[in-house]
Amino acid sequence: MAEAASGHPPILELSEVAKSFGPVLALRSGRLEVGPGSIHALVGENGAGKSTLVKVIAGVYRRDGGGFRFRGADVDFGSTGESKNAGIAVIYQEPTLFPDLSVTENIFMGRQPTRSGRRIDYPAMYAEAERIFGRLGVAIDPRRIADGLSIADQQIIEIAKAISLDATLLVMDEPTAALSSVEAERLFTIARALRDEGRAVVFISHRLEEVFGLCDTVTVMRDGAYVGTRAIAETSTDEVVSLMVGREVADLFPKAEAAIGDVVLEVDGLTAAGEFHDIGLTVRAGEIVGLAGLVGAGRSEIARAVFGVDGYDAGSVRMNGVPVPPRSPRASIRAGMALVPEDRRQQGLVIDQSVARNVSAAIRGRLTTLGLLLGRAENRVAAPWAGRLEVKTSALDMDASTMSGGNQQKVAIAKWLATEPKLLIIDEPTRGIDVGTKSEVHRLLSDLAGRGMAVLMISSELQEVLGMADRVYVVCEGRITAELGRDEATPDAVMHAATHVGGHLAGATHADEKVLA
Amino acid sequence: MSTSTVGHAVDERTYAAYSRPLWWRVVMTREFAMIVLLGVVYLWATGNVASFDGPLALYYLFLDIAPILMIALPMTLIIITGEIDLSVASTMGLSSVLVGIFHADLGLSIPAAAVCALAIGTACGALNGVLVGYVGLPSLAVTIGSLALFRGIAGGLLGTEAITDYPEQWTDLAKERLFGPVEGGYSGGWLGPVTEPASYPLVLVPIVVLAVVFGVLLHATSFGRGIYEIGLNEQAAKFSGVDVARTKLLLFAIAGAVSAFAGVYYTLRFGSARGDNAEFLELQVIAAVLLGGVSIFGGRGALPGVLAGVLLIGIVSSALRLEDVSSNVINIVIGVLLVLSVISTSLLAWISGLRVARTKSDHPTKGNQR
Repeated sequence: MAEAASGHPPILELSEVAKSFGPVLALRSGRLEVGPGSIHALVGENGAGKSTLVKVIAGVYRRDGGGFRFRGADVDFGSTGESKNAGIAVIYQEPTLFPDLSVTENIFMGRQPTRSGRRIDYPAMYAEAERIFGRLGVAIDPRRIADGLSIADQQIIEIAKAISLDATLLVMDEPTAALSSVEAERLFTIARALRDEGRAVVFISHRLEEVFGLCDTVTVMRDGAYVGTRAIAETSTDEVVSLMVGREVADLFPKAEAAIGDVVLEVDGLTAAGEFHDIGLTVRAGEIVGLAGLVGAGRSEIARAVFGVDGYDAGSVRMNGVPVPPRSPRASIRAGMALVPEDRRQQGLVIDQSVARNVSAAIRGRLTTLGLLLGRAENRVAAPWAGRLEVKTSALDMDASTMSGGNQQKVAIAKWLATEPKLLIIDEPTRGIDVGTKSEVHRLLSDLAGRGMAVLMISSELQEVLGMADRVYVVCEGRITAELGRDEATPDAVMHAATHVGGHLAGATHADEKVLA
Repeated sequence: MSTSTVGHAVDERTYAAYSRPLWWRVVMTREFAMIVLLGVVYLWATGNVASFDGPLALYYLFLDIAPILMIALPMTLIIITGEIDLSVASTMGLSSVLVGIFHADLGLSIPAAAVCALAIGTACGALNGVLVGYVGLPSLAVTIGSLALFRGIAGGLLGTEAITDYPEQWTDLAKERLFGPVEGGYSGGWLGPVTEPASYPLVLVPIVVLAVVFGVLLHATSFGRGIYEIGLNEQAAKFSGVDVARTKLLLFAIAGAVSAFAGVYYTLRFGSARGDNAEFLELQVIAAVLLGGVSIFGGRGALPGVLAGVLLIGIVSSALRLEDVSSNVINIVIGVLLVLSVISTSLLAWISGLRVARTKSDHPTKGNQR
């Protein structure tokens, strides 16, 4: 690429792009101008039209109207192949690699270098892969198979693919949603290197701190339309947020003081070989307890074992002093527990079933008359809960799969609130939720605690933990390494405990061990 | 139930219970299409096939498809959970052999022999259920194995012999009819006047009872909702408190019991217990269930459609047989019918998929990324 400095004509110019699906106008007037050597953030709430815009760029959708110029020429991609050939690469949140092929074969899939007789030139391929990895500064063995790579590494394979194609524009669609902060930082380093090579990067994220840390320009979308573009240096988080939601956002963490009551959940010495060890924790009525730590520290596994989806080898779980039998979600629900799992689409709800059936799924047993379960009873329970969470759907018999991701999340949460639990375990309460809804969820959690519910919240977002929790347990490599009160829980203290299981803390077993930064 | 513990003071949304009017929800279904098709084929057969509208045709039709009708009921539930049971016909054959042996060799009365066969059939099904539900093996593999196992035991017990000696009161009962006369053979009706033109076999009574029980179980109980959830998303079902393993165990055990009952009926109807009774019947059962609109991938389907599917196959083959069409041609017709039905399901799914894709606006979906 000749143009490396900014000030050059933009690589990508989209203006007044529109796309509708039947009667639904997903994109009214999308606008995006990205210059070479720039990392450009694209932000907006769920449903703002970001993904549709990306799919137009990628050639998945053909736009209905508007202008689309790439590297100075009008283009109209009819397939992903055309956009790829033109030099556009899209890296999705969860890449789809061929798990049984080597990393290198994945990078060169469909265009392997050949020697005479159409034989694949493996040495050349490996050498090229090694060269790209070196450039990206990552240590991945080009000969290893793709199966078992972390999501972060899979994204890097996709980026390597883009570089081998010499893509001039890389679009990253929420790449950090499933990454730990260390992995995300590595991705940012790579993104900066790509920028410095003169490529253009479009970065989509819900995390504004990432946008402000990484990007130089930000374009905000709302309701399928362009709202504005700002240079990062000349704007603030507050301004971007208010552009996104179209109004001033109330305090993101509306934590209300709640009267803290008796112990509701008591976990003692819970151990599952290879997953977590000697976990002890308590949650009281009216209390929000955070379970902090890095992705993969074993927090979700602990929650699953407590709820009975998975078994455990030793230890006990008590609700209000009564032991809860292991391996039985049904018994846990009866004892007053609810678990909103991390993967709502796979575990939290049945995507191909109606809203009414999903919301009433965990309390069906209570809705029967003479053993019979009628649709009317399900609707009666589902309607108020869907309403309280402001689920957007035309009717209660619509399948969850017809709804947007944010609304599916709401259905999954409504389903568990409908059980009127004494203890709500919620795994990553705001993952994949846009800013406006985020504070709604936080307000809801605070509200629930205020009414005497015990809440155990697993979160990888430090701000969320610090903003919402009365008490924080920090989990590192399957052990609780710290218990911090609201006053002691500083970002430093939590991060220190989350990353330091070794050293003098290797034998730490008790919840009341404290680590200070 | 009271649901007013949480919430904001915001005015709440209200929702329509259904997105379509009642007639749409009834008429625009696979089940309704099957029932209409069944009606059309029946009318065609009575109008065009000589002797199909005679008093005997329906009587023999039901007598013949009774075992398929019975076993299709639990098979529907099993396929909706995403599993399959290939061993039903072998269980039926084993039960037939056992009734014969218990009666002829051990001297038990027919009801006592039937109860024993039923118990063993239930145990056979439970064995499948434990392996599938609790051990976690794929039902296709497990029941291919037990298909051979149960059939092998049945053959081993009787060899190539047949036990054909049963009290006439019981063999007659298996062929007893509800209304009207049957030419040749039996004296007076069990119920109703002798002049009624159509007549139905008595075995329809337990079938109707079973159909109602299974229909209610599947469509109007919490257990039934669990069956659909397991088929659509087993993990989410587990998270919602559905006891997946126990549900599967129960369904396979019930399938064993119903198959054994069908075996008892089959033995008495033909007055013969043989090791190869009802061989390959499982294929006809599964074909009928799929024809009735149940998805082989689980999670979709309804019992009325399945009943229509069984009857459709029964009427088509019976009408063609009365027309002196060879059995090979009948097999071809039924095979084509089945393939078409499977294609039509995918086609419908594809069309509604297009509709959904169009109504869905912008949100990240893993599925449709390339």
